[in-house]
Amino acid sequence: MAGMLAFYHTTVGKKIVMAVTGVMMFFWLLGHMVGNLQIFLGPDKINSYAHFLHGGAAEILVVVRTVMIIAVLLHILAAVQVTLANWAARPVGYSVKKDIETSYAARTMIWTGPLILIYLVYHLLMFTFLKVGPGISDTDVYRNVVEAFQVPLISGIYIVAMIMLAFHLWHGAWSMLQTLGANHPKYNRLRKIVATGLSVIIAVGFVSVPVAVLLGFIR
Amino acid sequence: MKLTLKIWRQESPSAKGRLVAYPMDHVEGDMSFLELLDILNQSLIKKGEAPVAFDHDCREGICGSCGFMISGIAHGPQKLTTTCQLFMRQFKDGDTIVAEPFRSKAFPVIKDLVVDRSALDKIVQAGGFISARTGSGPDANAILIPKEKADKSMDAAACIGCGACIAACPNGSAMLFTSAKISHLGLLPQGQTERHQRALRMVSKMEELGFGACSNHGECEAVCPKGITLEFIARLNRDFLVASVVATKEAVKKV
Ligand code: HEM
Ligand code: FES
Repeated sequence: MAGMLAFYHTTVGKKIVMAVTGVMMFFWLLGHMVGNLQIFLGPDKINSYAHFLHGGAAEILVVVRTVMIIAVLLHILAAVQVTLANWAARPVGYSVKKDIETSYAARTMIWTGPLILIYLVYHLLMFTFLKVGPGISDTDVYRNVVEAFQVPLISGIYIVAMIMLAFHLWHGAWSMLQTLGANHPKYNRLRKIVATGLSVIIAVGFVSVPVAVLLGFIR
Repeated sequence: MKLTLKIWRQESPSAKGRLVAYPMDHVEGDMSFLELLDILNQSLIKKGEAPVAFDHDCREGICGSCGFMISGIAHGPQKLTTTCQLFMRQFKDGDTIVAEPFRSKAFPVIKDLVVDRSALDKIVQAGGFISARTGSGPDANAILIPKEKADKSMDAAACIGCGACIAACPNGSAMLFTSAKISHLGLLPQGQTERHQRALRMVSKMEELGFGACSNHGECEAVCPKGITLEFIARLNRDFLVASVVATKEAVKKV
């Protein structure tokens, strides 16, 4: 236990916690995206999937949700602590500073992160708790989604949120591999390609649903 | 050519500093940046003003004494180059160049462009050593070391401890420096005895001194005059993770 505390006491340890929880959220997002894409197969398919999640897989769902909530909380705690330490490390700034290598995505992690959190709350209120938006039925997921996304403002919020998520994931994927020690000159190009590919796939996968509703492909 | 130097002037650690502009005529392309400062200082002394304080020693890019921010880039615009090896031909007639000290909580300004970098020595003291038997010198090839390992270790050992990585990092992190110091010993057989202890101690010393965390921005690698790469930071992360797991296991065993 003392070893674990000393580990978390350092920012290197906190970053490793962020990277591990990041990997978990990545896998979860991929699963969630594949689940969502079933909406293209028609109302029956996605509604029976939702039914399965709350029926046959209910116990598993409880476990997955609990684990994911813990992961999100740990990720946020470490992110805030690390960022505060970073800000404290340079009390007097430069009058001129040129960035050479870093990206916009990397510099805005602490802003895209909380924005994703706000979006997450909105999203859960809408489709899990059916408290905001035109949500009507807790058995007809298909109708809930379609009617919500037919409102351009709601679709717009989702699309913007997913673009932000893509930014966070783009630097996140590259960064977490480094944090977990995976860096080899031979594979670093591949690592960038994988990070870009993953974040684009996740963003496009999620965005395709509101876009398809707006364009009338799904109604 | 003619240039304007804007230099950070600060009397003492507690004094308030400010940028002061010095127009420079007759700048030659073959002058190094530090030679230009020498010329400026000569004229300041003649006028009875205090010369600009800056750190330097070897002036051939190997000691790590020199270094400040040159128009927002640690050691200036030329890659793989220390400030003393930066020549004025890198600039154009009419340029305005801003010279500021490296800024980090752990690097308090002493005077003008001179900062106190002894924090880096403290990180090395925390674990940058090996156990070796004393007495007569060891046999040259008594310990065999694979060529790739020896080369990689030498790459890490190229770090001259100038502090540019910390100055360039948006988080003021000392990870590149510390990772180079951990790696050049950790890659060799002689460095294995203390390998875990070294990673734990040097990382926690780095924290204690107030350096930031690594967000993998890559700014450090971009300004390092010795070409130390992020690969060593990944290595530090691995060593630290393994050492923490082992330390936890041992702590559990004791209970
Ligand atoms: C919910 C609020 C969130 C906050 C406040 C947040 C904050 C942050 C911050 C500040 C960083 C950069 C840390 C640094 O390098 O200094 C980061 C990294 C990261 N985030 Fe998030 N994030 C959030 C959500 C997410 C989500 C939903 C994912 C989904 C996969 C994610 C995945 C990652 C990954 C993979 C990293 C890289 C970890 C590393 O550098 O090792 N984050 N996060
Ligand atoms: S003075 Fe020695 S490296 Fe520049």
